[in-house]
Formats: sequence, C-alpha cells, structure tokens
Amino acid sequence: MFGKLTIDALPFYSWVAMGGALVTVGGVLAVTFAVTWFGWWRYLWSEWLTSVDHKRIGVMYIVLALVMLLRGFVDAIMMRAQQAIALNSEGYLPPGHFDQIFSSHGTIMIFFMAMPFLTGLINIVVPQQIGARDVAFPFMNSVSLWLTAAGAALVMVSLVIGKFSTAGWSGYPPYSGVQYNPGVGVDYWLWALLISGIGTTLAGINFTVTIFKLRAPGMNLMRMPLFTWTALCSSILMTFAFPALTVVCALLWLDRTFGMHFFTNDSGGNMMNYANLFWIWGHPEVYILILPAFGIFSEVVATFSAKRLFGYTSLVYATASIAVLSFTVWLHHFFTMGASPNVNAFFGIATMIIAVPTGVKVFDWLLTMYRGRITFHPSMMWTLGFIVTFVIGGMTGVLLALPPVNYMVHNTTFLVAHFHNMLIPGALFGYFAGYMYWFPKAFGFTLDERWGARSFWCWLIGFYLAFMPLYILGLMGMPRRLEHYNVALWQPYLIVAALGALLILLGIVCQGVQLVVSIRQRQERLDLTGDPWNGRTLEWLTSSPPPPYNFALLPIVREIDAFEDMKKRGVAYQKPPRYHDIHIPRNTDTGVAVGAFAFLLGFAVVWQIWWLVIAAAVALWAVIIARSFEDDTEYRLPADEVQEIERQHRQAMAGALRRPDVDAPVPSNQPLPEGLA
Amino acid sequence: MTIDAVIASAPSASEAIAESHERKAFGFWLYLMSDAIIFALLFATYVVMSADAEGRQTARSLFSLSHVSGETLLLLCSSLTFGFAALAMHSVKRGAVLWWLLVTFALGLGFLAMEIIEFRGMAQVGAGPDRSGFLSAFFALVGTHGLHVAFGLVWILILASQVIIKGLTPPVTSRLFRLGLFWHFLDIVWVGIFSVVYLPGLL
Repeated sequence: MFGKLTIDALPFYSWVAMGGALVTVGGVLAVTFAVTWFGWWRYLWSEWLTSVDHKRIGVMYIVLALVMLLRGFVDAIMMRAQQAIALNSEGYLPPGHFDQIFSSHGTIMIFFMAMPFLTGLINIVVPQQIGARDVAFPFMNSVSLWLTAAGAALVMVSLVIGKFSTAGWSGYPPYSGVQYNPGVGVDYWLWALLISGIGTTLAGINFTVTIFKLRAPGMNLMRMPLFTWTALCSSILMTFAFPALTVVCALLWLDRTFGMHFFTNDSGGNMMNYANLFWIWGHPEVYILILPAFGIFSEVVATFSAKRLFGYTSLVYATASIAVLSFTVWLHHFFTMGASPNVNAFFGIATMIIAVPTGVKVFDWLLTMYRGRITFHPSMMWTLGFIVTFVIGGMTGVLLALPPVNYMVHNTTFLVAHFHNMLIPGALFGYFAGYMYWFPKAFGFTLDERWGARSFWCWLIGFYLAFMPLYILGLMGMPRRLEHYNVALWQPYLIVAALGALLILLGIVCQGVQLVVSIRQRQERLDLTGDPWNGRTLEWLTSSPPPPYNFALLPIVREIDAFEDMKKRGVAYQKPPRYHDIHIPRNTDTGVAVGAFAFLLGFAVVWQIWWLVIAAAVALWAVIIARSFEDDTEYRLPADEVQEIERQHRQAMAGALRRPDVDAPVPSNQPLPEGLA
Repeated sequence: MTIDAVIASAPSASEAIAESHERKAFGFWLYLMSDAIIFALLFATYVVMSADAEGRQTARSLFSLSHVSGETLLLLCSSLTFGFAALAMHSVKRGAVLWWLLVTFALGLGFLAMEIIEFRGMAQVGAGPDRSGFLSAFFALVGTHGLHVAFGLVWILILASQVIIKGLTPPVTSRLFRLGLFWHFLDIVWVGIFSVVYLPGLL
C-alpha cells in the first residue's frame, strides 16, 4: 500500500536530524498559522500563488531562493562546525548524517537557491528591460515556478520523511547505485532534480522566445541591455544543457529501480558515461549561474558610474563566446578519469581559453568605472568585491585547468575553495547586487543602504576567512567531504574557516535586519518616480511597482541605453494623446496544481508507491489537458482604467519631484519631465 | 508633437492571432531541439554501450529486419497521412482533417503495438532491459521514442476532439500545426534509430 514507506522513515536515528525535522515542520506550521491568523489566504492565493504576472512570479522565485539559502547555509555552518572540532574525534555528526548534509548543501545551493534566484531576477527585469508587457508564455512561467518549488519541497521533505542522498551533489555511481545506496536518499535527489530540471528547461524556452520575439520597436539585438543579453545566453544554455541532466537522472533512476545497467560495475555498465553526461549539463550550468550575474554587474556598474558601459559590443561578444565555449570544456571535471593525455590537453586548453572573454569583461567593467562619477551604493560594493575576489578564483581555475596540477589537487579542498570562489562572488554577489538594485522596482521602496553595506563587509571578509584556508588545506592534501581527521596541522585552518562561516552568518543577519528596517520605513523610502538610481535602461521607465501591463505604450528604442537617451532628449515622460485597451493574461490555478501533482508524483516514485505514481501522473496530465481546452485566457483592461492608473502614477511622480526632502530622484543632469500633471 | 512611443494601436484580432501563433511555433521548435538533445545523448549512450562484442551478438539474434521494416513503414506512412491532415486543415475541410487524423492515429497505434510485441518478445527470451548495459541502452533509446509516440497518440485524440467541439478555430489549427511538427520529428528520430540501432545490429 505504501511501498517502502514505513514508520522507520521518521528521523529517530539522531538528535540533530530530529532537530532539523522539527524546525522544518515547525516552520511550515508557523507560516500556515500566521497566514491563517491574519486572514491572508484569499489574498495570497488569488493575487500571488495563482498569478501569471512575470513580476509576481519573479518575486516568488526569489522568496523560494532566500528560504533555500537559509537551509543551504545551515548545512554549510554545520559542516564547518563539524570539521572545526573533529580532530581525532567523531565530532557531533555521525558520518551518514554528515554525508547527507554536504549532499543537500550542494544540491540546494545550485538548484534551489541560485537557479530560482536568477530565474526570479530575469523574470522581474527582462520583460521590462526590453519594453514588453509580459513573458511570451505567462502560464508556462507559472508552471516552471511550481515545478521548481515541487523539487525544493522534495528536498525539504527528505529532512522529515526518510533520508537525503549521501552521494554528494553530483551523485557519482557506482556509489549512488542501488548496491551501495539502497535507501531512498538518492531517489529524493534524482526526482528533485528531474522535476525542477523540467521547470528550468521550460523557463529557458520561455525567456528565449520572450527576448527574441517581444522586444520593443527599435530594440535590435545590439541595443539590448547587457542583463538581457546574459539572460538570453543563459536561457539558451538552460534549454540545451538541462536535457542532459534529465537524461542522466532518468538513467540512474532506471538503474536503481529496475535493475538496469547503464552505470553499474557489472553487466556492461559504464559509469564513466555518467560523468560525461552529468558534466555535459554541469559545465554549462556554471555559466547559466554566472552569466546573469555578469549582466547584473554590468547594469550596476554603468548606473552607479553614471556612464555608458565601456565596450558594450565586446561584452556582448564575450558573453556569447563564453556561452558557446561552455559546451566544450566538460571533461575538465574529471581529468583524473584516465582519458588520454591528448584529450586532457584539449579540454585543458579549451578551459583556459574561457579565461580570455572573462578577462575582457573584467577590463570592461574597470574601464566603465574609470573617470565615472561612482556612487558607493551597496550594489556597487558587491560589484567591486566581486571583481577582486573573482579574479583570484579565476586564477586558481586556470591552475586547475592544467591536467598535471589537477592530478595533484584532485578531490581536495583546493577544488572546494575554487568553485566557491567562483560561485559566491561570481553568482551570489551578483544576485545580491541585483536584489538591492531592483528591489524598489519590485516593491516600490528602496532598501536601507547602511545595513546593506554592513552585510556586504560581513559576507566579503567572511568569504575570505572561510575559503582561503581551504586553498591551503587543499595544497596540504586534505580531501574534501571529510567527516573527521587525524592531522593536527589542519585544525587551525578549519577553525578559521568556521569563523568565516560565522561572519557570513552575521552578513545574512544584516540582510534580514535590512529587510525589516526598510519595510518599517517604507513610507519614507517610497520610490514614486520609478527611477531611484537615475537608471539607463527601460525597466526604470515604468512605475515602481509597475502596473500589470508594465508599459501603457510601447517605447521606441533608438540607443543602447534607451531610457537614458529618452531622458536626455526630454521625451521620457511625454503624455500620450490617448490610451488603448490592453489584454492581460488571467490568473490560473493550473500552475499550482501541476506543481502539487508533480511533487506527489516525485514523492510516490521515491517511495515506490506505484498506485500513487499512476494517480498523480494521470491527475497531472488531466489538468494540463483541461487547460489546453481553454481558449479564453486573457481579460481586457479598458483604456479608461489604463488612463486612470497612468494619471495616478504621473500625479505621484510630479508630487515626488516637487518635494525637496526626497533625496534620491531628480539628479541634476536629468531634464525635468515634461507634460506632468 | 512628436511622441516617442508607439501607440500600438490595439493590433487587429488577426494580427494578434498570427503573432501568438508565431511565438508558440518558435517556442515549440526550441522544445523540439531540446528534446533532440535528449535523443542525441541516448544515441551516444547506445553507441558507447553497444561497443562490446556480446552486445553485437545479442543484437543480431534479437532484431528482425522484417519486423523493423513493418514498424518503419507504419510510422513513415503516418507522417504522410498527417501531411494530408495538414493540407485538409489549410483548405478548411473539417471532415477530412478528422479522417486523416484518425488514419494517422491508427498507423501510430499499429507502430506502437508492433514495438510492444518486439519488446515483449525480447523480454520473453530473457533479453529484458536489466540483462545488460547494451540492452538497457537499447530499451531506453527505443522506449523513449515509443513513449513519445504514445504521447503523440493521446495528443491526436485531444486535438481531434477539439476539432469536433470547437471546429477549425485559429487556436486549434495552431495546435494542429505544432502536433504536426512533433509527429514529423518523431519520424526523423525513428530514421535515426533505424540506421544507428537496427541496421548496424543486423548487418
């Protein structure tokens, strides 16, 4: 009846695991209780969960990312604490539990923190940057969100019911095969990835079509803002790399569940094929994560230097070549597998070549700042911190690209330090910069800058403390994923690393405080103009937060920095002679239903409850088929209402511009908007 | 007064429909290319895993050229009949569309039935997917194609019922167009399977 699911699935095996389960269940109950207490269910359901508005979907993606960031960070600090004390002792975590933690840390940070974070930012920003009213397929957007959420939910449920994978975030067989890993952990991992991976593929298709087909008149490809360019490259990579993840996860699941022999030791299995398939997805994935962050840095650096981006064209070509090259380097993740020296040399050289376009970008950012009027907004600080730190990571990357060096430091903490050095400054700092930069656009008020700066310094210093010792430890020969050790020489470094993690914790606390402080002061922090930073690209033309249709009239683009150009010519805020009706997609609960059934399907497959698998699959397809019969999925916003919304925005903007006590808007070089009421 | 924004004078209904159709067709092409990568990797896996001598031996004894030719004939003909359905759709002949969809469905079902018979026959002689890496790869590749065909059959039924209920409205014809892309894509993949899996296995 319940497949492999029995009462033994509850985490009675260790107090720490029990605590994790209680926190998870308690958190869910607390949120449910609070929403019920304040009577928010109807609002939450009809305005947010069922929304197909790209801005709201983007916000929900980022909320998911921040929640999962906390979970992933708890994992991180638990590992650092364990390694700091586990010299000649067992520490406080049993090995099996430690293994679950490093597996879930990697899985969560990549798939359920970084991916939703960047997808959320792309969702909020890209349609506005290209002057569009929504993404190409708003309903599919909602489906993507809820499939990602279903995957994240599977990982969280594994805390309470059963165990998570112990095979690391990359799940190499034969260890992840059923022979060595008979439990449900690897299956949880596989189905979380499969379900969210399909959501990501759909999101990639959606953004690609949006960017190619929905640009405002006049915005040809070489006038697109850089964030849109990186989002485009990233989306193309999502569309063409994620199928590889789907294949490799499906094959491993077939091995585990039906005794097939793709990656087994015996019967003609070939586990090296797993490494190839996994990294054919895995390396482009790195650029899926990093390219949008590069785009954010480009926007931030231009805005806060009050200058056009230096070398726009070279940045576009650098982005595109990184996207192409990302498919040619996957083998550098397993130089030690034993390919011939020539093969290794080819992939080593290809890897080093990627450093060239990346270097071009770094110089472009530096030269954008050169002779610019720099404002040290926290978004700019994240950018500066990124440039310095990322270059260090890049250099260790070039070291690792040399196969002989790679053999020496293979599977050591040197590698751990390297990829954290790429992904924390390269991706996460960028998302944080984007979070502060676009927060007023999403919510209509700015975030507190002092707490933003505090958080930045904690993160930056914490990062160096936490990861520089790992480089040294790696050179000293410490393997990664070590639960306890007996080399006294390592311990001081591990204690420093743990202190670094604590400082990062402080940085996260600062971000929480920043959010609370800013929400409490939101009345004073209102962004009435829609353009708090004297922005250069079209998303700053809309009000903050924008109306559901973004643009009452589609803007005409004549320059790279379209909005800056319109302000310069004094045409940014012209009042149009008339408005017209706008068609807006209607909210639908189908997306939520798809996510819910996908979660049920994943859960049932993990525990091999076959009747539930069939029921969930049938229900999943039934809601999609039912949806396909609906032709009338839009409603019409009459021109009168559009006019009223626009009138109110103009009134608010005019009021804000007259108030001398508002410090943010109306920089001196901005021509006063014409035609304001 | 020069206005720096276009009054996107509410696009006429037919323009909006054409744009929406074009967007969806482009999105569907992207999906097909992404699906093509799934097949490409399954092909690569098959080629890697069929390299061992035992695999080749099994292939020769398990595959039957006449059976595979039958399957191929059915699937290729179904692509042709779908083409007739598309032609009927363009000349707005509802009855003919339904008839050719039905014929396509029957041919597709015949293909699927033959494939299931082949799989069952292999399983009965102990050559199921859990026997060896070679057979796992074979069943994964050919089975994934078969699953796609089954999915396409359900899709044909859904769209046939939409043609009956709604008639050949723009949304329905737009969906029929994408179903056509999907169906012909499966044909192309099958040609690949025939030439990479069956022919080398038999020759």
